[in-house]
Amino acid sequence: MSTIPSDFKYSAEHEWVSPAADGVVTLGITDFAQSELGDVVYVDLPEVGNTYAAGDAIGAVESVKAASDVYTPVSGEVVEVNEELGNEPGTVNKDAFGAGWICKIKLSAPDEVDGLMDATAYGEFCK
Amino acid sequence: MVAFAGWDMPVQYKGILDEHRAVREACGVFDISHMGQFHAHGEGTTAWLNGMFTNNLEKLIDGVGQYSMMLNERGGVIDDLIIYRLGEDDYFIVVNASMIDEDYAWLMAHKPEGPQLENLSAEYVGLAVQGPKCESVFEAVCPGVELPAHNGILRFKVDGEKLIVCRTGYTGENGFEFFCAAQQGVKWFERMITAGAQPCGLGARDSLRLEMCYSLNGSDLSPEKTPLEAGLSWCCDLTKDFVGVQTLREQKAAGRPTALVAIEYTEKGAPPRHGYEVQLRDGTPLGELCSGVLSPTLGKGIAMAYVPAQHGKVGTEVQVVVRGKAVPAVIVKKPFLKK
Repeated sequence: MSTIPSDFKYSAEHEWVSPAADGVVTLGITDFAQSELGDVVYVDLPEVGNTYAAGDAIGAVESVKAASDVYTPVSGEVVEVNEELGNEPGTVNKDAFGAGWICKIKLSAPDEVDGLMDATAYGEFCK
Repeated sequence: MVAFAGWDMPVQYKGILDEHRAVREACGVFDISHMGQFHAHGEGTTAWLNGMFTNNLEKLIDGVGQYSMMLNERGGVIDDLIIYRLGEDDYFIVVNASMIDEDYAWLMAHKPEGPQLENLSAEYVGLAVQGPKCESVFEAVCPGVELPAHNGILRFKVDGEKLIVCRTGYTGENGFEFFCAAQQGVKWFERMITAGAQPCGLGARDSLRLEMCYSLNGSDLSPEKTPLEAGLSWCCDLTKDFVGVQTLREQKAAGRPTALVAIEYTEKGAPPRHGYEVQLRDGTPLGELCSGVLSPTLGKGIAMAYVPAQHGKVGTEVQVVVRGKAVPAVIVKKPFLKK
């Protein structure tokens, strides 16, 4: 398993969010989550323009055997989605913390990020 | 690992897609020790079992097996199985893991004086070796022994060890199913791997069988559906008498109420799964998916569902509802994978 990026924040549902840039974070599922799922064959992306509250299901990541909902740990509007995953869903397996990102969210409540786990806490959480 | 009929079974070893590909292109080995084995023998066994199973045992010669069904009084499927004729009134039967106790009880409840039925399920480890390179694997682990022909069974010995090999499988590939004494199972599993077979789990077993439209009892077969509805009339001989035959004869005459159809996505969509609703394109509900998977070989969603027979024609445009979204699909001819 790859190392857990130290500058990201993590949810108990195994999503990560990047540090905010101009109020926008990138969201994905963690390497631990992809390794539990196995080969990802389909990613159900949210629609750009939709707004969500923290805890909402925004899409799904599916392996051959199971569908797993993706929850946003932060509230806001989806401003971009990773269309590449439509053709190459396996990117989530290969690079969960990078090219396998799912969407970008413009934060409506930036303080929510502070309530998430840091890399050390998440690493412990996965043990 | 998952719980399966009282066993801890691996869903995957390396990865479902990788294991699926190995079976289609080279060779894989599945641990099928969970499956049940019965030995039925003694005077009157053929007549007894011919009254219990849908296929006709009179068609078998020594060393050959056939796919068959055991039904309840209403013509619904209790289990699907393979029965091999070892000799006169002497049969080896392989049944589903989850049904061993129920099958045994049902057979015993209908057994006349004379025949003997032994449940040998705990005594055997089973290994399904499947894929185009299976013959070289067998040659390496059992040198000098010739594999039986398709659907055949062979009892033989290696270094004094009693073994059984059947030329059957659940993947659509060239393959064999190998049975040895339970305590020797790990050794033979490792020998198969050394000879070139890749370990494969339940996940690949399911995606491989569904590409071939092989039914899974509990998903595609049920006590509420007849083999005619499941599209398995080819293994039902309605000219002989067996438990459940009356319903089948009535359905043959009057038409079956539902049909298990093969459904293929015509556009990209989230993988079809058990329980998803299938509808006509105008939203008319037809039923629920029994089985579904994103076919690793074909790269599209494939599924099976019971639909009202009048809507079951090949070419019927349908849709599968996934999390509120309708994915366009069409009823196609079985199997999905044309070999």
